[in-house]
Amino acid sequence: MRPTVAADSVPRLPRHVKLRHDKARDRWLILVPERVLVPDDTAVAVLSRVDGARSVRDIATDLAQTYQAPVDVILADSVALLQDLADKGFLAVTEAPHA
Amino acid sequence: MPEDHAADIQLVTRAGEEQARPYGLPLAVLAEITHRCPLQCPYCSNPLAMEPAANELSTADWLRVIDELADLGVLQIHFSGGEPTARRDLVQMVSRATEVGLYTNLITSAVGLTRDKLSALADAGLCHVQISVQGAEPALADRVGGYKGGHARKLEAARWTRELDLPLTVNAVMHRQNLLQLPQIIDMAVEMGASRLEVANVQYYGWALKNRRALMPSPAQVEACTATVEAARARLHGVMEIDYVIPDYYAERPKQCMGGWGRQFFNISPSGKVLPCHAAETITGLDFDSVRDRTLAWIWDNSPALNAYRGTAWMPEPCRSCEWKEADFGGCRCQAFALTGSAGNTDPACARSPLHARVFALAESEAEADHTRFIYRNLSGGTEEAGPA
Repeated sequence: MRPTVAADSVPRLPRHVKLRHDKARDRWLILVPERVLVPDDTAVAVLSRVDGARSVRDIATDLAQTYQAPVDVILADSVALLQDLADKGFLAVTEAPHA
Repeated sequence: MPEDHAADIQLVTRAGEEQARPYGLPLAVLAEITHRCPLQCPYCSNPLAMEPAANELSTADWLRVIDELADLGVLQIHFSGGEPTARRDLVQMVSRATEVGLYTNLITSAVGLTRDKLSALADAGLCHVQISVQGAEPALADRVGGYKGGHARKLEAARWTRELDLPLTVNAVMHRQNLLQLPQIIDMAVEMGASRLEVANVQYYGWALKNRRALMPSPAQVEACTATVEAARARLHGVMEIDYVIPDYYAERPKQCMGGWGRQFFNISPSGKVLPCHAAETITGLDFDSVRDRTLAWIWDNSPALNAYRGTAWMPEPCRSCEWKEADFGGCRCQAFALTGSAGNTDPACARSPLHARVFALAESEAEADHTRFIYRNLSGGTEEAGPA
């Protein structure tokens, strides 16, 4: 089944996806099977907050405070970015338990 | 794909360097740690003359090489063979690779795997498992692999892989004798829990070249295969990624082989030779350096074999003035050697090669010839399949 990313989803990087800062290249990279992706600054900001505990909404709220930007715009961008990764099999998601 | 091209240049460029170089930091290495394998696939990518166990690098050699790889800027290591699990020190190697920050991938036939071995590999930090399949059902799959009961063991190993929460890619090597099973292979890969499927048509070097008339599909078969893959991609979006490689005899433009000769990738043979690709030893007259004699850093910069076809300066016409030369780097040197006798010629897979039409016609006629008997891969130079042609 295709995973769906929503504001309340809790994203996690699976074992085969490594976000890593590489010294030789001085770049953030995403290592996946047979490929290396070069994330842009936005993707790095979002993915470095993906920890398997925080929801997409938590991450967007954190980013909105850090970068002084409207939370709804950041939330929409984050959902789109994470859905794209999930569709490629590079992101696992669970639903946040309802409080 | 300009975005991919930009990313590609960023990846081979060292921190602080402004200008792209003809080669740069290597991204990935294929560690062919042994040529021993229980399977005898007739399209094996190993050379016809394989290394006996006595010539293999020691554990200490490999651990040193793994450290050097990380220092050199390599990001990913693919443990392959032969069958990499045939070496008892594989867990130790994966463990060291994890320690020095390499992304580890296991490319396996899976027939010799046990659940315990897989579990130890997972604990050692293995990032990803690739299991090959030869068909969708045991009769054909076991015949192609030359190993009775192999198919069932692969399915079992795939189940363990997923139980241990290791991500799985299924590698399906396609040719005339299994193309009809592609729809079932795709369904099987989904059932196996693969997040990714590689549908790779055979590339014709070494053993596959020797078996070409038993393997080559017709253009119509390749077209049907492409249509099947496209439909499956649409249906399985978000469920399973499908990578697809067509046989390049039927291509218009050559593949960007290995991302360019000696540019971002290399192969280490069981005896420690550093090769630009797994097939490069088929080219005679090249001198390959060994990690037994030199450091990897020295070899990467200075190896005459790696420097032979780096960049674009070596190119003859029609490559030299071609607008695609920076995109495909002239295609495949091994194929140029196999089909024209000189590795420095234009890859005949390219429609601009004067030999392209002849190669296309040759493939077509072999596809029609109806020869089905394989020559199985083994250390003694191959064994012909019993039975009618």
